[in-house]
Amino acid sequence: MRDEDTLVRRVPVKDELKKRVVKGPDGLEFEVDPIQDYYCDARPEVRPGSYVRIVEDLFNWARSESLWILGFGTGCGAIEMRPLMTPRFDAYRYGIQWRPTPRQANLFVISGYLSVKTLKRAIRSYEQMQSPKYVVGLGSCTINGGMYWDSYNTIKKLDEYLPVDVYIAGCMPRPEALLAGFEELKRIIRAGKAEGANLYAQNFDWYKANQKRVIHDWDMPDYNW
Amino acid sequence: MRTLLESLKERFPLGPITEQRPDLAFVTVERETLRPLIVHLRDREGFTHLVLLTAVDWIEENLFQLTYLVHDRANARDIGLRVMLPRDEPEMESIHDLWPTAATYQRELKEMFGIPFPGSPRLDEEFILEGWVDIPPYRRDFDTLKFAEENFEHRAGRGTTDPATHMRERMATQGGSK
Amino acid sequence: MTGRATSSPGGSTAASSPPIDLSSGKYLKLWQGPQHPGITGNMSVELTVCGDEVVEGKTHVGYLHRGFEKLMERRTFIQVFPIVCRVCVPEPDFNEYCYAATIEELAGIEAPERALWIRTLILEMGRINSYMMYLGGQAGALGMGVIGQWTTYVRDLMLDRFEELTGARIYHMFILPGGVRDGLPDGFDGRMEETLREIERTLADVEDVMFHNAVFKKRTKGVGVIPVDLIDRYGVTGPNARAAGLPNDVRKDHPYLVYPELTFEPVTGTDSDMYTRADVRRRDVAVSVDLIRQIIAKMPRTGPLTAKLPNVLHWKIPRGETYVRGECSRGEYGYYTVTDGSGHPRRINVRGPSYTHAMALLEHLIPGTNIADVAALMVSLHTYPPEIER
Repeated sequence: MRDEDTLVRRVPVKDELKKRVVKGPDGLEFEVDPIQDYYCDARPEVRPGSYVRIVEDLFNWARSESLWILGFGTGCGAIEMRPLMTPRFDAYRYGIQWRPTPRQANLFVISGYLSVKTLKRAIRSYEQMQSPKYVVGLGSCTINGGMYWDSYNTIKKLDEYLPVDVYIAGCMPRPEALLAGFEELKRIIRAGKAEGANLYAQNFDWYKANQKRVIHDWDMPDYNW
Repeated sequence: MRTLLESLKERFPLGPITEQRPDLAFVTVERETLRPLIVHLRDREGFTHLVLLTAVDWIEENLFQLTYLVHDRANARDIGLRVMLPRDEPEMESIHDLWPTAATYQRELKEMFGIPFPGSPRLDEEFILEGWVDIPPYRRDFDTLKFAEENFEHRAGRGTTDPATHMRERMATQGGSK
Repeated sequence: MTGRATSSPGGSTAASSPPIDLSSGKYLKLWQGPQHPGITGNMSVELTVCGDEVVEGKTHVGYLHRGFEKLMERRTFIQVFPIVCRVCVPEPDFNEYCYAATIEELAGIEAPERALWIRTLILEMGRINSYMMYLGGQAGALGMGVIGQWTTYVRDLMLDRFEELTGARIYHMFILPGGVRDGLPDGFDGRMEETLREIERTLADVEDVMFHNAVFKKRTKGVGVIPVDLIDRYGVTGPNARAAGLPNDVRKDHPYLVYPELTFEPVTGTDSDMYTRADVRRRDVAVSVDLIRQIIAKMPRTGPLTAKLPNVLHWKIPRGETYVRGECSRGEYGYYTVTDGSGHPRRINVRGPSYTHAMALLEHLIPGTNIADVAALMVSLHTYPPEIER
């Protein structure tokens, strides 16, 4: 971790995120703080499972059979997503499909390296997804940096920042490997072990500390959904 | 290409010339000569296409080299103009009014090398990096490995081998080269 | 919107109108991307809209920056070879070719003839792949999902040929300095011919369904016009320039590899709008198909595949600099390599065509369009963000 004093340049807050006075439609003026007021930043909560085992199992089965992926290609891995959703590999037959908005998705595929700039967006997208939610890390670069092990702009270990359920190794992994990875994820979900969202809520401070250590201009609320 | 360089030499003070290929030459020019020369090349000699604008860090000589590569479509030839700037104050005149795309290159150079081009649009906005706190990363004195090790968590167990030692050991175990 | 073939399309509105006052309540800021299905790759456009009309568009890139140009300086010449292909994902082979060509030129190595033919073959196959991605994306951005399904299917067939030849689907790491890694496998020609026939069938279907579609025509004709006089000012190359009627094709202008021995004509259009750009690319696929047939027919089947390289572990290249360009599916792709006599490159700069297309040009074309057209316009310039920020 870098000492704050050694930073050559402190990152200033962007203009549009500073506090400002806004005139409402009724003529009244009021102050807004964009970072606080535009989001609900209540901390995430741990979601308890059902009291009855068989009900929880039913839920988990249902969850595992409808993995809706957030269509956010964060790196080169996104290029194998297209073959995956076309007739050759046809992931739809496994209940997997792509959704354009985080609100409708429950699976976040981190498709490859995450630059620091994208990590910020990935965290926001992840937090906006509905619980229970799962994360798949795709490619060697999410596991240990891969090709970019000495790069100054990509993170090396995804599970420091987001709770990862399954990693798929390779550079780049073939569509068959992705399908196998999704099958593995389904198995984990059915066994009730895919508790990423709860882990994230439990270790929220740890995850936030890790994220803030890397993202130097943290100009968003701690949790936004 | 030779005749063009001769005629340029008469009009402008040119530094060393390297003829890399029959259709590609690199010319060193002074900071002040660049703009009139590049305007001349663009308007009179048909070098209308700015291929790239980039910098090289010669830290041992305390110099930044700016390379302006311009292309003449009709005769299929390129000229690279090298401008040597002192590393201590590497300010350079902007050419975004000649080629609007130059603004993009200049933004990148400002961010990645710390070379300012006063007057270039959106120059001080963040281009590629976000929340960058160290010296500009493409400078030679920026150590990317050290930065990565200090900033990011690394997964244990990743081995790194020097290729030469690795090959020697492999050849020794496998009994000579294949 | 139609028939604007003069200078500054829409740009004039932004230039002449007073600065945008966001607090007036008339304008709205809208972000497209980085997480947006209509954005190619991973970049974002910050739109200022007035009703449905976009008055200003600012591009933001850098989401895919890995610092390649820095990483290359830390690696030996042979270690650079496997990472260059990662610079541009959908058409990685141009990175390998341009890197290999600059290194060969600076080190004074000449690749054997057979390797040049195989390189040309690989580059043309990659071009077809890239165009297939484009056609699917362009149709998808305008709501025609089925084209994407078809083109991805034939792209998969081409990826199979890549896999036979190189052993990998996406990152081939095949064109190494001094030559190529391997020759053609047995029976490759026949299987290639089948793939090419399938591509031609699909192209005919795409023409019927996409290019004769009334909605597609209505939404693309006359939209996003790049006037001829802006081509050089904005550094426009490749199909984007050819759609304006200029026969700019590096394969013809600066013949490299074995292109002098192949017969083809650069495809040009006249209207320089989104429709023409799509049409130029569709016809360019046919040219590539023809080129692959010529290469298969003419290429030598025996001979060395690599030139003799010095010991790559201690490979030092004398001080020098050069620039090598090639015509990739999006325009001029080039590598500017500087060496300083040590075992590592001094500096490598990648000149990707998207660098100019997706930033300055897109910002110039956006004002005056509708919100729904921005995604289609961006796809029609055929931009891939990874080559902007590397």
